[in-house]
Amino acid sequence: MNLDDIIKETKTFYCLECGKCSSICPISRYDPAYSPRLMVEDALLGLEDDLVHNKELFSCLTCGACQPKCPSDVNYPLFIQKMRAIASSNGEHGECAHSGTIQSLIRLMSNPGVEQRRLEWLSNGYRTSDQSEVLFWVGCAPYFDPIFEDLGFKVTDIAKASLRILNFLGIEPMLLPNEKCCGHDILWTGDLDTFKKLAEQNAAMIREAGVEKIIFSCPECYRTFKEDYPNYVEIDCELQHISEFLSEAIEKDGLRFKESKKKVTYHDPCRLGRHLGVYEPPRKVIQAIPGIELVEMEQSREESLCCGTSAFTNCDSYSKQIRVERLLEAKATGADTLITTCPKCQIHFRCAMVNKAEEKGPDIEIEVMDMVNLVANALEGESNE
Amino acid sequence: MNEFEPQIIAFACNWCTYAAADLAGTSRIHYAPNVRVIRVMCSGMVNPIYALKAFEGGADGVLIAGCHYADCHYLNGPVKCDVMFEKLKNLVHTLGLEDERLRREMISASEGVIFARVIDEMVEQLKKLGPSPIKRAREEATV
Repeated sequence: MNLDDIIKETKTFYCLECGKCSSICPISRYDPAYSPRLMVEDALLGLEDDLVHNKELFSCLTCGACQPKCPSDVNYPLFIQKMRAIASSNGEHGECAHSGTIQSLIRLMSNPGVEQRRLEWLSNGYRTSDQSEVLFWVGCAPYFDPIFEDLGFKVTDIAKASLRILNFLGIEPMLLPNEKCCGHDILWTGDLDTFKKLAEQNAAMIREAGVEKIIFSCPECYRTFKEDYPNYVEIDCELQHISEFLSEAIEKDGLRFKESKKKVTYHDPCRLGRHLGVYEPPRKVIQAIPGIELVEMEQSREESLCCGTSAFTNCDSYSKQIRVERLLEAKATGADTLITTCPKCQIHFRCAMVNKAEEKGPDIEIEVMDMVNLVANALEGESNE
Repeated sequence: MNEFEPQIIAFACNWCTYAAADLAGTSRIHYAPNVRVIRVMCSGMVNPIYALKAFEGGADGVLIAGCHYADCHYLNGPVKCDVMFEKLKNLVHTLGLEDERLRREMISASEGVIFARVIDEMVEQLKKLGPSPIKRAREEATV
């Protein structure tokens, strides 16, 4: 794909140069050197080389905050995704966070010879079945556990809570023992070859499993399966985020929870919210728990602020400032707990709290929790974990 | 068919293990030639990515070796190395590579004999395991 095709596909040529994107962009707010408007302008002037070698190309959070504000409906995140693919084939890579460990793991996973041991966190308490029609997509949690152990939580706890909920509803889901990374991070850092390899292997495994429905707890995997896989592979299943699944269960099957007194606020992950438009289901699930009071932050739903990094690339002081801003916003609501549905948002918020920004250190402490953990603790007849 | 010769990438601390490798050489100790030594300033700087990249590039085994706890030129390098190695071990295990492909040793500058022995032991073990699955899949793809 060349620059002209990208401009056509992402409707960049409609740009009016109004600058609304740059005024709403969370990165531009802190980094004066970064401007989505100028990137688009460079593209329209045909300055492909300038764009490809522009370090700022990898600064974009691809959070999509600019998109709803754009009067011409330019798909800026997609523009960045495609431009990064060109940049990557020209040998340009962003500064990967965690020294690129995550990207390296994804590349290793894409090797067809790799037979992972990714389900060792699974203990006897959980019921799974190889004959199930429902597949639960675990995501990268088994790899995140050792990498982020200093942050005081286990990412596999999100998968465990999801399994508890599914089991509670009488579903024994299938888990793939050699599930490969969905490829989200590698796609958004521009490595299309690895992404294709992962998509093909995952699609083959899912076909072989013969499932009818896949449930995700990670919005990034969900987005990748829904929006990006159809361009490369065919996956003939119903796809659902666990919040959508739960909100259906509350509506149709009359799922009820026990009381839990708490004031919470909800952070919309960019992939679930702006990218896929899933705003209501998580809120509905949270509000279905008696005793829970849900308060909204100043910037929520379409205007939700990003957690500061995406695809584990270019995490810098600006990312940290965004995180602090978001955590202060959450504190300002007076909530006890910040609920999110994305493990990476949780990782990033926790990181900001562990490595406190000096001047604002004590003010940003707030409990962060995934929606599924909140729900799992409120299941009737189950003891809290 | 030729016998499989494993490739080992060894990250050796400048102050201890690299000097030990030197000593092994100057003392004319014979050991397997399957190792490529990469000098690092401290075993405490060997981030998991170093070993992962080595495996990505087709290494069959990775050795991370540095000073003993009380010997460190920078006081607490081996402790840092331990913390990172624990993470790395977990990641490599989850990836499905055999645990024996990864080894952590403490070899001081005077222990050239131990360096040679560790390499010999590793080569022997890796010969039993065969090529790393990553390398194998890549070779199958190119044939």
